[in-house]
Amino acid sequence: MILKTKDTNVSADLLTVRGLSIAYGSTAVVHDVSFSLAKGGSLALIGESGSGKSTIAKAILRLLPHGEATATGRVELNGSDVLALPEKQFRPLRGRELGFIPQDPASALNPVRTIGAQAHEAAALLGETDPAVRRAKILEVLDQVGLPDPARVYDSYPHQLSGGMLQRVLIALTVLPQPSLIVADEPTSALDVTVQKLILDMLSDLRRELDISLLLITHDLAIAAERADSLVVLKDGAVQESGASRDVFASPRTEYARSLQADVPALHPDRYRRKRTLLTQANDGGFRTDTAPSPTAQLQIDVRGVTKSFPAGGKDVLACDGVTFSVERGRTHALVGESGSGKTTAVRLLLGLEQPDGGDITVAGQSTSGRSRADVREIRRHLQLVYQNPFTSLDPTWRVGRIVREPLDQFGVGTKAERTHRVSEALEAVGLPSDVASRRPAHLSGGQRQRVAIARALVVRPDVVVLDEPTSALDVSVQAGILELLTTLQHELGLTYLFVSHDLALVRQVADTVSVLRRGQVVEDGPVEEIFHRPRHPYTRALLGAIPLAAVSTEEQTALKQPAKATA
Amino acid sequence: MTATLGYPQLRNVGTASKRLTAGLPPITVILSFAVVLLVILWSLVPWLFTSYSPVTGDTASKLAAPSAQHWFGTDYLGRDQFARVVYGTASSVTSALVAVLIGLVIGSLIGLASGFRGGWLDSVLGRFVDVLLAIPGFLLAVVIVSSLGFQTINAAIATGVSAVAVFARLMRAEVMRVRSATYVEASYLEGGNRLHALLGHILPNAYRSVLVLAVLQFGTSILIIASLAFLGYGDPPPASDWGLLVASGKTYVTAPWLVYAPALVIVGTVLSVNRISRWLRKAK
Repeated sequence: MILKTKDTNVSADLLTVRGLSIAYGSTAVVHDVSFSLAKGGSLALIGESGSGKSTIAKAILRLLPHGEATATGRVELNGSDVLALPEKQFRPLRGRELGFIPQDPASALNPVRTIGAQAHEAAALLGETDPAVRRAKILEVLDQVGLPDPARVYDSYPHQLSGGMLQRVLIALTVLPQPSLIVADEPTSALDVTVQKLILDMLSDLRRELDISLLLITHDLAIAAERADSLVVLKDGAVQESGASRDVFASPRTEYARSLQADVPALHPDRYRRKRTLLTQANDGGFRTDTAPSPTAQLQIDVRGVTKSFPAGGKDVLACDGVTFSVERGRTHALVGESGSGKTTAVRLLLGLEQPDGGDITVAGQSTSGRSRADVREIRRHLQLVYQNPFTSLDPTWRVGRIVREPLDQFGVGTKAERTHRVSEALEAVGLPSDVASRRPAHLSGGQRQRVAIARALVVRPDVVVLDEPTSALDVSVQAGILELLTTLQHELGLTYLFVSHDLALVRQVADTVSVLRRGQVVEDGPVEEIFHRPRHPYTRALLGAIPLAAVSTEEQTALKQPAKATA
Repeated sequence: MTATLGYPQLRNVGTASKRLTAGLPPITVILSFAVVLLVILWSLVPWLFTSYSPVTGDTASKLAAPSAQHWFGTDYLGRDQFARVVYGTASSVTSALVAVLIGLVIGSLIGLASGFRGGWLDSVLGRFVDVLLAIPGFLLAVVIVSSLGFQTINAAIATGVSAVAVFARLMRAEVMRVRSATYVEASYLEGGNRLHALLGHILPNAYRSVLVLAVLQFGTSILIIASLAFLGYGDPPPASDWGLLVASGKTYVTAPWLVYAPALVIVGTVLSVNRISRWLRKAK
């Protein structure tokens, strides 16, 4: 175990954590963690889910459940041990000295009270009693976090604001009492990439302006490396590696940190591509360039001018406005856009979950419009979907074996023995042990569940698999495993993928062609390299700019590729 | 380094000690199960628990206080009160079961249909349930028994009908919650039809809370049926329904045990059932 603390100047450190161990009952979850955070500095705790990073944050804020968790060690804030303080002396610190930005903004605000009413609670921490003065201060801080119309936000209820705006409100409420330390627990993981960039930029600015220290908790090494001065890499509750983020990032010393670094999509745009080109060559027996469309290629999916509107608030909102894209057989096409861009609607139209108002959808040369239910059902069999969130897409009362067998049973494929065989085949193909079949989804991890969902989609041997943000609910390291699996399966089975995502870095790794959607319209499309190197539309450029480490990736990638020289 | 070595061992210790207590419910729940088991045995094989007859008594020892011979004392005809309680269990428990079954089956069907189908069916069934809910349950039961005839089984049917609304409401809410789940939509994509989604996915995920309510309703039904029997809406004497025992005992102020004994049995049973229901809801 490597324990590295920066003992350079203890008195300048705002927060010092020494030998912190936390146990739930007799189950230890955090072991002997030490780190320190300088005044005005920023530090990121990185790790997968279950690595104990949120538990450490809760210990610092003293939010661990009473009687269930025991924390030993020292957590010093401005030199006084937070863990040893009686509750009465700690309460004045929480909120005033220590701010907290939670992960999910939607569940952190009270839905039945206005933002203003909740902001007054934070304003009361300042000791200000005059409501008019408080109100002025609240409006000022709402303006400071870049909310367009503070007075309207003040009178709004949480459900009237978007996720990005709610997160801004929470940040405003956190910085309002001018704390000296902010603990941010995955502040942007529920948000779109462009919003994520805005929020992170804002946090960095506020930190500089108000001289606030930041303890950032994230599973994304790219965000951590871009936003924090120093990093602490956690695994199974123990420190793997720590140091200045530039050093850790450029030349990770431990195996785990190296694998985390390798899993950042923005740094390795060609990670799967090389493998895919190799496989393509092997399959065809000849060389074929990856980006140039071959003239003989057949269109597996052809969507032409599809329109769909939904009634919302008394008027119709166009979710898809003449969306056109096509996918060649055996290729991967990506639909990219933020939430509300119409990409999910386009997919639902393709799968027949919604009926289009206009336009034409052709699958393998057969038009889906104007067909009987039975015909559409047969077409659906060749189109399978892998949902975004494996925690909701699998029936919790079913065992895995039955979940994977469901499509076979429903489409009446083969005899009973054949079905059982195909289920075990599918589970094997996605890299799951056969004993998983008798377990229920609750006993599987997120990555394993997504593998089950993929097995379910593949078991009927479809031609097209639609992947609706298949990794957005998963950790970065798990994401890499799933993408690896998908690329392998594509070339073993000759699958056509339609990949829906808001993450351009990810799209660059897996897709051949891209359509960028905005407000229901395709603003730009073409081969993936073309979009990345010569984006024409400003929106595409904004999306590209929002990729964490996008700026450094071009300059520093060359340096990163020779870590041996850097450490030598 | 010691921390890393100690970690797996610590974890094993943790799970081992958990395993010892994890399988067992709290002590009050075990006691409740024991009470319910006793009540069930009373209703199935009452002759194993008492040697006295519930209908013939020894008038010489009438209105005797509780003793080792007569645990609950004797009534005005010298019949052993404990025997009467034990022999009365069958009809009390069966009628409560009938009531719960009627409420569960009819209520669930209504809730399932209105929650899954929605639209006009939901509106029609919803208004029907509203009407049922608008009439106080006990009053509704009294009206139904009056029109069907004074019998314990009719009291059970009446109690069941008055419980239909509660089951329908809960089932509808649960079905609507599950209906929009992603795995139900996934089932359509995998070629499943609506019936398959309903029976395969929605019902298994929705019935749990309804079952917990059924257990709770069992306790309530015992109370309502006892109340109806107390008011004379059940079988006439010499039947010995718990409610009837309380009613006939209340005229003898000098022998309060004639009221207390059956009343305590009712209270004990209902409390046990409620405790089990609450535990089920938590364990769910």
